[in-house]
Amino acid sequence: MNTVALHRKKVKMIRDGTTKALLYAFLVLFGIFMVYPLLWIIGASFKPNNEIFKTISIFPSKVVLDSYVKGWQGTGQYTFGTFMINSFKLVIPVIIFTIISSTLVAYGFARFNFPLKSFLFGLMIATLMLPDSVTLIPRYILFNNFGWVDSYLPFIVPALFASHSFFIFMMVQFLRGLPKELEESATIDGCNSFQTLIKILVPLCKPAIISMTIFQFIWTWNDFLNPLIYINSVNKYTVALGLRMSIDGTSVIHWNQIMAMTVIAMLPSIIIFFLAQKYFVEGIATTGLKG
Amino acid sequence: MKYYRGKNYVGLLYISPWIAGFLLFKLYPFVMSFIYSFTRFSILDKPVFIGLENYIYMFTKDKLFFPALKATLAYVFMTVPMKISFALFVAMLLNMKLRAINIFRTAYYLPSIFGGSVAVSVLWRFLFMKEGIVNKFLGLFGIKAVDWLGNPDIALFTVSLLAVWQFGSSMVIFLAGLKQIPNELYEAAIVDGASRIRKFFSITLPMISPVMFFNLVMQTINAFQEFTGPYVITGGGPMNATYVYSILVYDNAFRYFRMGYSSALSWVLFLLIMIFTALLFRSSSYWTYYEDGGK
Repeated sequence: MNTVALHRKKVKMIRDGTTKALLYAFLVLFGIFMVYPLLWIIGASFKPNNEIFKTISIFPSKVVLDSYVKGWQGTGQYTFGTFMINSFKLVIPVIIFTIISSTLVAYGFARFNFPLKSFLFGLMIATLMLPDSVTLIPRYILFNNFGWVDSYLPFIVPALFASHSFFIFMMVQFLRGLPKELEESATIDGCNSFQTLIKILVPLCKPAIISMTIFQFIWTWNDFLNPLIYINSVNKYTVALGLRMSIDGTSVIHWNQIMAMTVIAMLPSIIIFFLAQKYFVEGIATTGLKG
Repeated sequence: MKYYRGKNYVGLLYISPWIAGFLLFKLYPFVMSFIYSFTRFSILDKPVFIGLENYIYMFTKDKLFFPALKATLAYVFMTVPMKISFALFVAMLLNMKLRAINIFRTAYYLPSIFGGSVAVSVLWRFLFMKEGIVNKFLGLFGIKAVDWLGNPDIALFTVSLLAVWQFGSSMVIFLAGLKQIPNELYEAAIVDGASRIRKFFSITLPMISPVMFFNLVMQTINAFQEFTGPYVITGGGPMNATYVYSILVYDNAFRYFRMGYSSALSWVLFLLIMIFTALLFRSSSYWTYYEDGGK
């Protein structure tokens, strides 16, 4: 009896071991499958042009760097450097204003009572689900009347007015999770509500602010439709528009140059992702779940 | 709040940027697009009221309206179920107590950080070109090259695979949901001798149904508005197979400057999205489970 039980246990352990090994094998294979396209394009950007579509290998037989040099120079009047600088000129103010405006608004929602509060909060949540496409055209006409087309103002000004409900919501959720004792003692010490926000809450909100920064960076950096609509002059093109121009413009296609610039366009997002992974996952999990 | 007694309006002051932004950049455009939809408006001239003409034209004369509608619905019905079931499946694997799970999560999430960018769309074009590496890879198994982007029957599927590849944020949301399922439920099920499949359908699925609902709603709304993928990868072709609704709206508004007509188009899309969302909300009371009774 005893030996039988022992034997059974052994069999179970071996079976568990095999299941686990199989599971790991699957996870690894699947991981390779997921990341392979990205690794391939990075590899291909260093390959000589005639080698790119010959094999599915990631590694170039001979490393070529002029794909980056020539791709960066571009074919037209402007280098890819111009597009990079433009993207940063657009993205950085958008991020800064989003942080400031969303934090103020979230503070209002999370810590104060005022008339119509739940109605307004509901409205804010509802705009999360409002499809952008239905407001796109009149917003364009509005900005066109303001004379803002072909500038970055259609991106920057809405950020000043906390137009991304997602970030307000994320910040409200975060603030609700913070204990109120510190703020209460700050009030007793004579801080007004704004001082309390700046001195007590903002330092505590660092993780949420970092999440906001990376999400806003990635969304604005990768955005294509809005720059396509609002930016007309090539000297104001963002990376997305520049990249799109380079795939359409070249008649004799230098594959490796386009791939090199694709890699460059992806690089900022990749760097940010690896620097701040933790905040990514937390940001999605908190807002997604409690919704 | 007790400690801000009597300062009822301070809160309104803090949210005032949002109120202004809401009125100016959300409500005003929302109302105006409805009004514009009954006009002929080329942006250079003043809008002219033409009644229902835009809507009539759309349903009777616009040769691209129904193809665009069909492509969009097909795109939504392909992308959303594939993406969500993939995300759930992978999240469940990652939820087993394994080592080095963070590395896998990172690898699976990585494609999602590029969102609907031009860069991944360009990548997709290279992968699925006739001489691209997907065909090279299939060739290793003796499978004949497929015209992924040139065949009107497959092109939309190829484009929707890009969105499926980016299942990361749904996965993370599922994973967070799975972590909140109390272990006692599974332990009790094991005592009762429940099978794996039984555990999945009787515990896992009901317990994550609110998360499932959230993912479904958000992914459906997004899929209806997909633009960059089809626009950059296939440019709406071949034979309009990937000419999704957003491209139709974009072309009418910003290539032909028919602001009135494209407003009408975008209202039809809006109503369509609302109908689908409403259906999801209505049906959710039958299949979502809230511990607190949904309050």
